[in-house]
Amino acid sequence: MNVVAPQRSFVRAEQVDALPPPRTASGPVLWMRENLFSGPINTVVTLVMAWVLFWTIPPIIDYLIGSAVWTGSDGSACREDTTGREVGACWAFVIDRINYFVYGSYPMELRWRPNIFFLVLAVGIVWMLWLDAPKRGIGAIYFFIVVPLLSYWLLAGFPMIGLEEVPTGLWGGILVTIVVSAVGIVVSLPFGVLLALGRRSHLPIVRLVCVIVIEFTRGVPLITVLFMANTMLPLFLAEGVTVDRLVRPLIGVAFFASAYMAEVIRGGLQAIPKGQYEGAMSLGLSYPKMMYFIILPQALRIVIPGIVNTFIGLFKDTTLVSIVGIFDLIRTVESARVDPVWSAPSVNYSGYAFAAIFYFLCCWGMSWYSQSVERRLAASEKR
Amino acid sequence: MADTTSLEKPQVKTSQASETEIAVEMQGVHKWYGEFHVLRDINLRVMRGERIVVCGPSGSGKSTMIRCINRLEEHQKGRIIVDGIELTNDLKRIDEIRRDVGMVFQHFNLFPHLTILENCTLAPIWVKKMPKKDAEEVAMKYLTRVKIPEQAHKYPGQLSGGQQQRVAIARSLCMNPKIMLFDEPTSALDPEMVKEVLDTMVSLAEEGMTMMVVTHEMGFARQVADRVIFMDYGQIVEMNEPEAFFSNPQHERTKLFLGQILH
Repeated sequence: MNVVAPQRSFVRAEQVDALPPPRTASGPVLWMRENLFSGPINTVVTLVMAWVLFWTIPPIIDYLIGSAVWTGSDGSACREDTTGREVGACWAFVIDRINYFVYGSYPMELRWRPNIFFLVLAVGIVWMLWLDAPKRGIGAIYFFIVVPLLSYWLLAGFPMIGLEEVPTGLWGGILVTIVVSAVGIVVSLPFGVLLALGRRSHLPIVRLVCVIVIEFTRGVPLITVLFMANTMLPLFLAEGVTVDRLVRPLIGVAFFASAYMAEVIRGGLQAIPKGQYEGAMSLGLSYPKMMYFIILPQALRIVIPGIVNTFIGLFKDTTLVSIVGIFDLIRTVESARVDPVWSAPSVNYSGYAFAAIFYFLCCWGMSWYSQSVERRLAASEKR
Repeated sequence: MADTTSLEKPQVKTSQASETEIAVEMQGVHKWYGEFHVLRDINLRVMRGERIVVCGPSGSGKSTMIRCINRLEEHQKGRIIVDGIELTNDLKRIDEIRRDVGMVFQHFNLFPHLTILENCTLAPIWVKKMPKKDAEEVAMKYLTRVKIPEQAHKYPGQLSGGQQQRVAIARSLCMNPKIMLFDEPTSALDPEMVKEVLDTMVSLAEEGMTMMVVTHEMGFARQVADRVIFMDYGQIVEMNEPEAFFSNPQHERTKLFLGQILH
């Protein structure tokens, strides 16, 4: 073998043109080979999973759709002994009681008011969530000021303009679930920010108060907070002052959510480098302006997944208010399914399946939204 | 003729001398980080229009010293008077001073979530209450001066380090500061970008801006500095005009330091 003497000098005469990448794996067959059947263990796992899916998915679909009962006015439509066939989900029951699930015992002739409330809220949510929406500043005012006031007048009543009062004891179902979670979400974000800032404050008293509020609220179960709000809140108030039965758990939920939110936001604040504070301070920005324009926008962006996670948890936790006697969705399902008119074994499952689907769709929607925002932010950071 | 001018000159001086001639005055300034004595008896008077370069080994307190001037660091003893205002715990005064003192950092500290233009207009709009249109006009003027007007609508992350540092300079200039502080402005830059930033600083110096620059760019010090300060162990060890400072350093530590960085 000839040993070539090392080249002492080299000058490239021309630029090397960019070449297309080599033909790499692409297409469904290659994808399957790489991801599903890349080795003996993977192949076995794939086959086992396929078998499991084959045995579970079709029966579930059959239960939910195929052999489900869609029409009927009482339990006999959903019983095997009367229909003479295997009965899946009893959607007839859900369809029959859907108004109860949505409004609870809200007076029949006034149900247009919750409907408008849903609309008002939906407009606010879309306005806030749609990042390219026009006039988002007005949207924020609308969402945090107009929506709460309007909702209160619509749902609880405003006798001065002819909206008669509806006691909260009559509210129920999805309406209450949405009211409780909306209050929790709307209150927890600003209060969470304040608590998080307070916990990082240089003023020892402010810091101590915030730490106590956060740690105490986080340190006890939500059920405890709800019981305390329900039974102890009236004790703290002056004689004769009563707090509405629905407002008590609302306060509890708002407190609870704020404490969790504060810790999530604090995580974001800690991720902001010191240089951002110094840059802002060196320009003469005061503390509130520095926080509002520089620090919080960046900190909140970082913790969007955490915020949405807290929202999802909060949304599902609202089912606990049923324990202190509030008729949320779960509680209405519970009371509807024991109705003797609809006594059939599958009615029990169907009611819960309906609730599960409702919660799943809402939470999945939140999760999907947060992921799309993350993708968008990731793209903007690459710029 | 000659008489009148010689008479007029001191008149102009005395009418402004007390507050405007001295830009920064530090008298017996001490600072501790816990037990650690970072600044030890700093006495320094910077006149309006003067360019001071501060150098010294790392940990010598040079950054801390200039960061005390706009209260990013608090001093515990002594007096610091900036533009006639003494730095105390009074937040209003601190904000007043920060409005008049621009600062450029080693790591730029641009706001990544805002465009270049927004970076430049935020403080004028919200601190100086300037109308948005005027602020944008001013910002474009300074961005043109640092030669990157075409980047105005990009985000900091899209710019090179040198461009980001020039934006940082423009951002400070938008506040129309009386004094500019530079804290190692070129230390985080790739070598090929150092020059564009130094050029910007030289042109700023030529316009008569009062500048205090912490840097190891001795070429820059020779070119623009009126005085060079050498710091070590939290003290000002030597201070001289650049020519004398470089050609004839007096203190042993200065000689050692210069020997290490100027080969």
